[in-house]
Amino acid sequence: MTSADQIVALGHVSYDMAHLIGAVILMMSFGLLYQRRLTAVIRLYSFQAMVLALAAAWQAFVQDAPHLYASALIALLFKGIAVPFALNWLVRRLGIHRTVETALGIGPTMIAGVGLVALSIVLVLPVTASAAAMTRENLALAMSVVLLGLLMMITRRNAVTQVVGFMSLENGLILAAVGARGMPLVVEISIAFSVLVAMALFGIFFFRIRERFDSLDIAYLETFRGERR
Amino acid sequence: MTGFLSSLLPVGPADPLFWVLGLPLAGALVMALLPDWRHAAWLNVLVSAATFGAAACLVFVRPVETPLLFIDDFNIYLVGLTAFVGFSTAMFSAAYIGRESRIRRLAPRNLRFYHSMYQAFLFTMLLALTANNIGVLWGAGEAATLTTVLMVSLYRTREAIEAAWKYFILCSVGIGLALFGTVLVYLAAQPVMGDGVAAMAWSQMIRRAGAFQPELISLAFVFLLVGYGTKVGLAPLHAWLPDAHAEGPTPISAVLSGLLLNVALYALLRFKMLIAANGHALQPGPLMIGMGCSSIFVASFMLYRRGDIKRLFAYSSIEHMGIITFAFGMGGALANFAGLLHMTMHSLVKSAIFFAVGMITQATGTKRIADIRGLTARAPLLGWCFVVAVLAIAGLPPMGIFMSEFLVISSTFARDALLAVPVMIGLLITFGALIWRLQGMAFGPPGQWVPDSERTHQSALVRAVGMAPLVIHLILALIAGIYLPDALVAWFQAVGKLLG
Repeated sequence: MTSADQIVALGHVSYDMAHLIGAVILMMSFGLLYQRRLTAVIRLYSFQAMVLALAAAWQAFVQDAPHLYASALIALLFKGIAVPFALNWLVRRLGIHRTVETALGIGPTMIAGVGLVALSIVLVLPVTASAAAMTRENLALAMSVVLLGLLMMITRRNAVTQVVGFMSLENGLILAAVGARGMPLVVEISIAFSVLVAMALFGIFFFRIRERFDSLDIAYLETFRGERR
Repeated sequence: MTGFLSSLLPVGPADPLFWVLGLPLAGALVMALLPDWRHAAWLNVLVSAATFGAAACLVFVRPVETPLLFIDDFNIYLVGLTAFVGFSTAMFSAAYIGRESRIRRLAPRNLRFYHSMYQAFLFTMLLALTANNIGVLWGAGEAATLTTVLMVSLYRTREAIEAAWKYFILCSVGIGLALFGTVLVYLAAQPVMGDGVAAMAWSQMIRRAGAFQPELISLAFVFLLVGYGTKVGLAPLHAWLPDAHAEGPTPISAVLSGLLLNVALYALLRFKMLIAANGHALQPGPLMIGMGCSSIFVASFMLYRRGDIKRLFAYSSIEHMGIITFAFGMGGALANFAGLLHMTMHSLVKSAIFFAVGMITQATGTKRIADIRGLTARAPLLGWCFVVAVLAIAGLPPMGIFMSEFLVISSTFARDALLAVPVMIGLLITFGALIWRLQGMAFGPPGQWVPDSERTHQSALVRAVGMAPLVIHLILALIAGIYLPDALVAWFQAVGKLLG
């Protein structure tokens, strides 16, 4: 059976599955916004990465693109297992607050999140009218995950949750990349991002960064901009 | 070594491009292993010089285009400029680091790391510039950010770590958004280009850009503008830039301002060319003009309140990147010409300024503008070079920056006179701030100065090597302001047409 036949044969199933997996990833992004405990945030991120691995593996199977299995493996082993393990260790080692400190309340954040999802659907669906259906939905979901990750980075005070926000943003990017049929260099991009994530964890540990640098904090503006007179 | 490099690079050793990329890559590996940092500092100069030589050969031998790497009329000059400023900064760095290692008590391990990262940084920038594949372009941009983050945090002070972390987080998000834009560009191109590595090759894309989905590529450009715009330092995405410039070692400030910002803008321009070739997508011009103007204004007002000399010139970099983005946003033969010229002149003059600033902060022992006084009286050569460089960056004739700014404004006047007004006001405000600050620092009775007993004594040769780049850059900027060779003008014009 050629890959084209396979796609026809899988038809609806492949579409529904990809859609379902993407939706689960999006749900978990909302979960990340909602959690109040740091350990729960890390566990949820780990689940999100594992579901992303499933999405990548499914795309590898549907598109008949074996190299995407490598992306799936990176998501599963590095992001799903190694990174959460390292994060938990960091939280214990640095004695970081176990509760999530928010700059914006959970309720308003959720409302903003719903708005962002609506925005990405409104933006993506009309402009991809001529693209394959699978790409369209996948792209809208991926963009929502990216924007929710960004929202999480903005509304959390703690450096660990900020980095988790960045990594969840990155999950959205990988979701978009694996969903783009036949896109080259996806594995290389996964590796490049893993390096970035490893750097972030290393940075937290090495520099003992607990707080994010909140430029809205006026005290910080006065002390650390090198502008003391 | 050649065999090992051949396995890493997609070009053969007969190609000058192989050496342009291979030398810094090999240099980074060798310097990571070299035990004595003094040798590394001079090897750094040597490798950078050889890289510049190889880049100069590109003018005569144009390499064969591959799906991963290519050289065209546009990037060849940026490759040359990057290799040249990389070389002169390595010269400055050799003298600077020798003095700095004593002042800041840097561990030899850190210095070894610094030199290795310097070459790695040059490699990633040259890779980004020569990348044909838009995925490789993105990856090289990411790697360039990582190497500079590591160098900004070199001093391990609280301020340096905060600056590096802020730079890392903000630019990581920018890089992420740029990747999303890149995926969208691929999706817009995919129905026409098909699958495989060649489908993301820019040189293939530009030929068939007319058939891309215009809506998708418009959406992509917004993400690319925000993503790469963060790295260019366009306001309001510039928050990382002053901190990263101020807290790292000064040679790094010089290459950040002079080279890395150019590379990020280059990436954005490649996508602007795709959109221009498409013809049905959104007009990138107004977006770029808007961000350019906001950068000019934010930076020009910020200049008045700066107390730190490196931050002062970091804000000036934001302003100049704003001017360049504005010029490319206007588009058309003359404005593009001005933008290209301004990119070159800003690289030369801004890195020269940071060379001077590096020597000044070491000689006075302070970065506070208020404590730096009477430079021309105390150290005439350095002081006057600094005066000339600041006058050049402020846009006074006869230096090259005057010419490019004049071209930006006159071409804008010819097309849309009202748009030229905010740029002119911004330039005047900046001019005032820089002249006001310069007066205090350059003239009057000499201020704080590190006593001779506390200084590192260097031979006249080493000091000359440290001083030479500053003088050479200024002479080049002066020559460009008075007389541009016809061949260069013709060539800038040809590239200006390519940019649409």
